Amino acid sequence: MKVTLRIWRQHDGASLGRMISYDVEGISGDMSFLEMLDVLNERLTVTGEEPVAFDHDCREGICGMCSLAIDGVAHGPEGLTTTCQLYMRHFSDGDIIDVEPWHAESFPVVRDLIVDRSALDRIIQAGGYISAPTGAAPDAAANLVPKKAADRAFDAATCIGCGACVAACPNGSAMLFTGAKATHLGALPQGQPERNARALALVNAHDAEGFGGCTQIGECTAVCPVGIPLDMISRLNADVLSALGDSGI
Amino acid sequence: MVHSSDNAYSGVMVINKGVGARTAALRSSVVLHAGMAVSGLIMVLFLLAHMYGNLKIFEGRQAFDGYSAFLRVVGEPLLPRSGALWIVRVVLLLSVFVHIYAAFTLWHRSRAATRGKGAWRYESAKNRRGVQRSYSSFTMRWGGILIGLFVIYHILNLTADYIAPGGASSSPYQRMINSFSIWWVVLSYVVALIALGFHLRHGVWSAFASLGANTSVARRRVLNGAATVVAALIVVGFLIPPLVIWVGWVR
Amino acid sequence: MTGLFTVGESIRDTKSPEGPLQGRWEARRFGAKLINPANRRKLSVIVVGTGLAGASAAATLGEAGYQVKSFCYQDSARRAHSIAAQGGINAAKDYRNDGDSVRRLFYDTVKGGDYRSRESNVYRLAEVSSAIIDQCVAQGVPFARDYGGLLDTRSFGGVQVSRTFYARGQTGQQLLLGAYQALERQAAAGTVQVNTRHEMLDLIVIDGKARGVVVRDMVTGTLETHLADAVVLASGGYGNVYYLSTNAMGCNTTAIWRAHRRGAFFANPCFTQIHPTCIPVSGDHQSKLTLMSESLRNDGRIWVPATAGDARNPRDIPEAERDYYLERAYPAFGNLVPRDVASRAAKNQCDAGRGVGPGGRGVYLDLTDAIARLGRASIEEKYGNLLDIYQKITDEDPYQVPMRIYPAVHYTMGGLWVDYDLESSIPGLFVIGEANFSDHGANRLGASALMQGLADGYFILPNTIGDYLAKNPSAGAVDESHPDVVAAVDAVRERINMFLSINGERTVDSFHKELGAILWEYCGMERNAEGLAHAVELIRALREEFWTNVKVTGGNEELNQTLERAGRVADFFGLAELMCLDALHRGESCGSHFRTESQTGDGEALRDDDGFAYVAAWEFNGDDAPPRLHKEFLKYDFVELTQRSYK
Repeated sequence: MKVTLRIWRQHDGASLGRMISYDVEGISGDMSFLEMLDVLNERLTVTGEEPVAFDHDCREGICGMCSLAIDGVAHGPEGLTTTCQLYMRHFSDGDIIDVEPWHAESFPVVRDLIVDRSALDRIIQAGGYISAPTGAAPDAAANLVPKKAADRAFDAATCIGCGACVAACPNGSAMLFTGAKATHLGALPQGQPERNARALALVNAHDAEGFGGCTQIGECTAVCPVGIPLDMISRLNADVLSALGDSGI
Repeated sequence: MVHSSDNAYSGVMVINKGVGARTAALRSSVVLHAGMAVSGLIMVLFLLAHMYGNLKIFEGRQAFDGYSAFLRVVGEPLLPRSGALWIVRVVLLLSVFVHIYAAFTLWHRSRAATRGKGAWRYESAKNRRGVQRSYSSFTMRWGGILIGLFVIYHILNLTADYIAPGGASSSPYQRMINSFSIWWVVLSYVVALIALGFHLRHGVWSAFASLGANTSVARRRVLNGAATVVAALIVVGFLIPPLVIWVGWVR
Repeated sequence: MTGLFTVGESIRDTKSPEGPLQGRWEARRFGAKLINPANRRKLSVIVVGTGLAGASAAATLGEAGYQVKSFCYQDSARRAHSIAAQGGINAAKDYRNDGDSVRRLFYDTVKGGDYRSRESNVYRLAEVSSAIIDQCVAQGVPFARDYGGLLDTRSFGGVQVSRTFYARGQTGQQLLLGAYQALERQAAAGTVQVNTRHEMLDLIVIDGKARGVVVRDMVTGTLETHLADAVVLASGGYGNVYYLSTNAMGCNTTAIWRAHRRGAFFANPCFTQIHPTCIPVSGDHQSKLTLMSESLRNDGRIWVPATAGDARNPRDIPEAERDYYLERAYPAFGNLVPRDVASRAAKNQCDAGRGVGPGGRGVYLDLTDAIARLGRASIEEKYGNLLDIYQKITDEDPYQVPMRIYPAVHYTMGGLWVDYDLESSIPGLFVIGEANFSDHGANRLGASALMQGLADGYFILPNTIGDYLAKNPSAGAVDESHPDVVAAVDAVRERINMFLSINGERTVDSFHKELGAILWEYCGMERNAEGLAHAVELIRALREEFWTNVKVTGGNEELNQTLERAGRVADFFGLAELMCLDALHRGESCGSHFRTESQTGDGEALRDDDGFAYVAAWEFNGDDAPPRLHKEFLKYDFVELTQRSYK
């Protein structure tokens, strides 16, 4: 099959970008979206044009490096799917597909479809951890963790840090990412001592990075490739509010 | 950021904590949203009480005007005349102020986070309305402004009796009858109430979620259901008096 | 083989203490010199790579007070490919009271590695395995729990005790996030500087010691030099040399290959693990292969149609006309035979025409019986995310239709040679995780890669590197004007300019694909002398063409993914040749390395302990001279060498 791509091309952070059209032929439904871009790039390279730069690595949906707003939707039309796991069988012959980087003020474009998501790392730096220096750990069985809490923590911890939530949010908010980390660590007994301080640190870092606030619209969770639920934002909100009243931190 | 301290084990540091973090968090979007939620919920409670009072129109002029008078004497002699009313008015005014301040601050931040374009920041014209968001979530900001303007008009109309298209009156009952006998006044209230309904449909859910009450996927459904019920109740409850007056069932 | 390599001196000292196995690590730690905490912040360490090994090492060294610089090519430290590990992590906790112990984990690992690993190292790995689980739990890694709140374990990869801890099918992700968070915590504390989108392009060796790295800022193209008192490589394995593998697209050999060229010995490069349960190739466009955790083999049954060319829908093939070939040939272990055995068996079935799916390169992994026995919900709980991935990729529902699987390159046991301290043959250059060769011998057990990466990073390296740093105080001011530093940067720049100036006709990827096909054909699941010798010639010819006909668009001073790939593929050529050479010289079959010349009457691998019970450590001798082989003979004082049998 054949599709027409309208791709955002931008040489670097300082230059202006614009949409440019490319036809790509000979696509099979078993190709992933990124493999389809590979086909385009091989062609561009041979003809001496600059290939389209895009972020990708594991290509199995877990590393969180791939991005792309496809027809304006982060990670494209399939739910619970990263771009690398989006297969061309979900498109039809003759489709015109818009491909853009994730636009948000806190995610500056680096080149073409690549953006800088280091703001998310800085949120983790601010408090997205349990302070457990190597060697200081008690026996793993010393703390019992109710299965429900362990499962809740796991569900939150599956966040791949791709930033699709930010890309999809009309407010450019990273609260789903931040809420998932607060929920992950806050659900576990090991995470309790720092829970309130962590909530404040995370939210302060989130705001300092220039992300917008959460208006509970739910676009983030709808595009989230691992289905982080919206209630994890509410969990963080609750932690922040209770932290404000906690004189122990 | 502590770079390094005298203690070589500076790595064993805990999250930046204490007074600074709390002060900063007070300005955070989470706290602004909580402020918006609390002030909004106060106004919802007021609306429910207000709606209840309006429905007394069915009990006739005497009962309605009597209820209005009662609101001015309630709490006496502990409170001065109209004291309770003014307490409510001050609380509402504060709520309105907090609500608007938070709304504009958050609006500004969200625009700054999206190059001033919000959901319209992609070149692709497809899916600009998102993949699942409710219509009411679109209308919060402009809908809120509309409601704010309406409230001013409404106070000037029925509370202050300043705008009195059907004729001024010292009887609240009569003021209602006079105003809602005019089609365009009724229409203006209908439009405003629909806007309010949308605002509450998203606002009530969002308020609870902002305050931490959304604890699971199932709870999200419950809260959204509750928000729809509250919004519908208020819209219908407020629409009944103007409509029955306009069609002439209450005179 | 003559002329392809020379044989140098054997390696005698691995710094491993003598005496009873269980006392060795303690003895080594006690023998190591310590550094005053106040002095540690004057010492600097570079860590390349932020996977389980690199992130855990950088975080731990930062906690200890060293100045650490960490580098990764991804846009965040959290994306390193450890994140994709699915199945679990082994630890000798014996929470199940099923007879497990440090000794048994040690024994299983040595045996699983087909007696080509060092006893001391493996014993130490088993010893620290418990502490890893403790550490990870303390960090908040959400391991699976039972209803009593205790940690759940499962049996994995044919091992007969349940020692594998797991977090659904995403154990690697959860462990890496734990290490990443510890790393970012140190970044905030100022002890670790994390440099993302930076790729190491050369090692700086001054006066025989590793003193820094040349890295390229992948956004601006700037070549930077970073100097330190020691360098740690944690850059992962080189499975991508095959082009198609389960590695991430960016995984490469450049860091360790450049170090090899600077003098670090490369050990056992031919030991590459082919994982039996991956999703088969669907066409020429394929860019990578996706693993389905072998934990599926616990519940899935593997079969092919008994008659070649049977193209019926698998549901229509009656039980009697199916060949559950693993259960038939290996009644004791059945579907849980080691990875290399399962892989080769699948290959043999497909070679005999009984393969299924497009191209006939696939076998069925059938969950029907397990779903009937345990219920769909239970299977979903255990493997849900894997089966979702499978469905996304193949568009087939694994709950209804048997899955199709085929072996794919997955892990490389070979890597830079290191001693007991994880130090390479270049003083001051330490190598940890998959990048070294240390613990898995000729074949790695399932759920042991995560264990080794974290053992190296959290517990072993932070102890041993201190000894080096204490004994090798900085030789004073080495700065960027040092002639060796300048020379290293110039060499890197010259190489980049070379790529950009060739302006040929073929893309980098086309070379990479062709190279991968050569290796898969001749240095894959089965190898023989003739094929390997032929492969060496093919690789050399292809390399020649690469350097005259590759096309790299754009320039250096920009984000240039084609240029990045060109550098990586160029290094793969050298490695590929060394792999074939290593495979050629090792005339025995052992572990993952199957030489058709060395097999038993019924087609099983035949090890040759008299001839090959050694680690083959290769020394680079210049582009025009053959490499030199150094043998480290393996002594087994505590384990009796037996031929593996899974019958």
